[in-house]
Amino acid sequence: MDLKSKIPDGPMHEKWTDYKGHVKLVNPANKRKLEIIVVGTGLAGASAAAALGELGYKVKTFCFQDSPRRAHSIAAQGGINAAKNYQNDGDSVFRLFYDTVKGGDYRAREANVHRLAEVSAAIIDHCVAQGVPFAREYGGLLSNRSFGGTQVQRTFYAAGQTGQQLLLGAYSALERQVALGNVTQYSRHEMLDVVMIDGKARGIIARDLVNGKLERHFGHAVLLCTGGYGNVFYLSTNAMGSNVTAAWKAHKKGAFFGNPCFTQIHPTCIPVSGDHQSKLTLMSESLRNDGRIWVPKQKDDSRKAIDIPEAERDYYLERRYPAFGNLVPRDVASRAAKERCDEGYGVGTTKMAVYLDFADAIKRYGKIEVGKQGLDNANEAAIIRMGKAVVEEKYGNLFEMYEKITGENPYEMPMRIYPAVHYTMGGLWVDYELQTTVPGLYALGEANFSDHGANRLGASALMQGLADGYFVIPYTLGNYLADDIRTASIPTNHPAFDEAEVKVQQRIEILMSIQGKQTVESFHKRLGKIMWDKCGMARNEKGLKEAIEEIRQLRREFWSDVKIPGKISEMNPELDKAGRVADFIELGELMCIDALNRNESCGGHFREESQTEEGEAKRDDENFSYVSSWAYRGESNWELIKEPLNFEIVKPTQRSYK
Amino acid sequence: MEHYNMNLTLKVWKQSNSREPGAFETYPVQNISSEMSFLEMFDVLNEQLIRDGKDPIAFDHDCREGICGTCSMYINGKAHGPWEKNTTCQLHMRAFKDGDTIVVEPWRAAAFPVIKDLMVDRSAFDRIMQAGGYISVNTGNAVDANSLPIDKKDADLSFMAASCIGCGACVAACKNSSAMLFVSAKVSQLALLPQGEPERESRVLNMVAQMDKEGFGNCTNTYACEAECPKGISVSNIARMNREYLKAGLSAD
Ligand SMILES: Cc1cc2nc3c(=O)[nH]c(=O)nc-3n(C[C@H](O)[C@H](O)[C@H](O)COP(=O)(O)OP(=O)(O)OC[C@H]3O[C@@H](n4cnc5c(N)ncnc54)[C@H](O)[C@@H]3O)c2cc1C
Ligand code: SF4
Ligand code: FES
Repeated sequence: MDLKSKIPDGPMHEKWTDYKGHVKLVNPANKRKLEIIVVGTGLAGASAAAALGELGYKVKTFCFQDSPRRAHSIAAQGGINAAKNYQNDGDSVFRLFYDTVKGGDYRAREANVHRLAEVSAAIIDHCVAQGVPFAREYGGLLSNRSFGGTQVQRTFYAAGQTGQQLLLGAYSALERQVALGNVTQYSRHEMLDVVMIDGKARGIIARDLVNGKLERHFGHAVLLCTGGYGNVFYLSTNAMGSNVTAAWKAHKKGAFFGNPCFTQIHPTCIPVSGDHQSKLTLMSESLRNDGRIWVPKQKDDSRKAIDIPEAERDYYLERRYPAFGNLVPRDVASRAAKERCDEGYGVGTTKMAVYLDFADAIKRYGKIEVGKQGLDNANEAAIIRMGKAVVEEKYGNLFEMYEKITGENPYEMPMRIYPAVHYTMGGLWVDYELQTTVPGLYALGEANFSDHGANRLGASALMQGLADGYFVIPYTLGNYLADDIRTASIPTNHPAFDEAEVKVQQRIEILMSIQGKQTVESFHKRLGKIMWDKCGMARNEKGLKEAIEEIRQLRREFWSDVKIPGKISEMNPELDKAGRVADFIELGELMCIDALNRNESCGGHFREESQTEEGEAKRDDENFSYVSSWAYRGESNWELIKEPLNFEIVKPTQRSYK
Repeated sequence: MEHYNMNLTLKVWKQSNSREPGAFETYPVQNISSEMSFLEMFDVLNEQLIRDGKDPIAFDHDCREGICGTCSMYINGKAHGPWEKNTTCQLHMRAFKDGDTIVVEPWRAAAFPVIKDLMVDRSAFDRIMQAGGYISVNTGNAVDANSLPIDKKDADLSFMAASCIGCGACVAACKNSSAMLFVSAKVSQLALLPQGEPERESRVLNMVAQMDKEGFGNCTNTYACEAECPKGISVSNIARMNREYLKAGLSAD
């Protein structure tokens, strides 16, 4: 079977314009007759639903939270990229395109990335028009900051709450469409299957989480905007509810899964403090602009950080990567921290942490302040006080969050940090139009595999979610629906809906009937441990093979010994979680199979067998320059279909940060 | 920071659904680490309850980092508990000591009916937003973002108002169950920006009308909302909304 990526012909920079110029259109009278289901109300889903509602389609949205505004996108901190070149520092569509392809370690599709860069500027314009309060300079114009993997300042932000502000913008646009009657929203609803009629996606089965009732919803097309699956690792920076269920159900109905093993592990997160830990908290990448990362030179050093003299500290990133120092990309920084801790140099009670130290930055900024104010003979204490004030202005909310969680004051002692699962580059395989391998079924935002290759650059997930929703799907969906204008809405008593609903019902009943001894949470934790140990920051053949066996065993145990309290016909968060964990277990197996197949290191995927003499990741373009796209063929059975990657513009080279 | 373990008594509101009456139940919990978050303490308790064949406590949560606004517990008489400018999910157990009794209730307000235990229905906030919490701009119409400079002071104030997480603690904290802080935060965010100008009057009138329709109470200026708001949303927003409302009302006549 061949994958049709539908990349338009022509030069890279003309593809999207040309596509838009020739794409089929649906006239306004017909749009009113076409129904669209949007599952997910994060940046991707809310923007898509709002934009499609504005066009006059009849839209239904679904989310499992109590309001669309609470989708996980709300938690994004750092910012959103756009090729505006407001700083006059040489940015352009080409540079954003280039940085993203390179940052993804040459495992993304060039044409998609180019389109993303092209529409990026319009996102900022639209968000400002919606009233999104981005940070501004004194002259009243928008402010930018820099992020890893680039040499220009193209990141727009709203303090440490960029995702919140962007999502509230999209949510307000969505609520406006609800008020206008174009969108109907269903909160506390979980999609549990895709309904297929004559080979096309024609609706969903959803469960009302408040009363447990199953519902049928028809759509001429179904859009999955259901986010990433980092919680397969149990501990991650994702919200507690983030899950793979929607994507997984689609996968089992024929949608291929692209690059499932591509996971981003973020280097700067607050470390695990004990077995009770339920999630991990990100400390934004921006901190690495000023923080220096180190561990003691001596193993098992139990002195306090401030008691360890300068000469006995190992600033290992600066030592190993003098050119980039503390600002190496995320994957490199994460692996280096793991290496030090594995060797016994970690700090803190668990010894699985490294220091992120602001003492130098505080002194440096303090001296600058003293200089600005002409206080030539200011003493050390005054310098430090002023330096702290500068650091507070830059990172105050992050320092506060750190202190709330750890009870330690990061102005006085270095932060302890450790890498944590953060984002999944893999996801449902989509073509240039964001359509999965199932006709009429689309995937947007983090739920698809598309634009970030093997490693995502900071501040580009928000950009991608909003690009997909506001500026891509309104065009590409029309191209599909134009052929569907004669299809009347299909009543939901169609046998395909009966069949899908019965299957969903049966699965829930089986889950509830097991009544074993182990809690859902305990299975999730065990799955997470297998994934983290054997399919985490470093992977090898032996470990992956073991993991596959362990996961299969875990699945059998789950289905014979899980214990779910309560009833089906009531609000039952444990039952909701059980269904999600069951899907995570199956996904975990596929991730390990994918990681085993890809015997090269690229981006966030590090195969120990494929490294340079200095222990750096080694890509193998000759054998692995493709997207791994997996077709579900029955229990524990997948077929690999490769989409070859051709690089017309950005020629692959080995990344070096030395 | 010294860590310690503690034994506690929890008195938690249990209610099967919106139709049946609820009541407090008492749960002893042992060996809680001061490093845990408040919700992790609930996780431990729930795991125990499930293993013992009992009904776990239903509560709302998602991000667990103070930004999604989902968590909503009324702890020892305070919305989101004892720490200032803090959400339930960010509260940590070092706020308590061995032997403490902790009383946990849902948000209480007529406009927020209980769904189960500590979960309430806050969809009234969505409907208030539908009444006017937006700027009517369709995708694709925008001019260049920098063609509209905005005074940094206004932009910053607008941002501060926009940082409301929609949690509803202001309503829970208020003896009248007023939603004024929430509504005024959105009205202020948009009133402070030039983009919000065209719909300025209809927005405040419609949002306030919807707020009243949902059954939220009146504001009598006790400022409990500001004191318990996890994001420090200022009551000056309420004053601004009152001015906006008055102006809009006058010109509507
Ligand atoms: C802590 C943190 C900080 C981040 N910071 C940044 C940053 O600064 N810049 C950046 O670019 N990126 C950042 N990211 C990444 C970025 O936030 C996400 O990739 C992006 O927001 C995902 O958006 P989305 O719309 O695809 O999905 P989400 O926002 O995750 O939304 C998923 C939606 O799907 C719904 N859903 C899921 N399953 C179902 C189902 N079965 N039925 C019904 N509904 C369902 C959910 O209810 C939700 O509405 C960050 C991520 C994290 C974790
Ligand atoms: S104003 Fe404060 S308390 Fe009220 S909803 Fe917003 S964040 Fe919550
Ligand atoms: S769970 Fe998101 S704010 Fe508390």
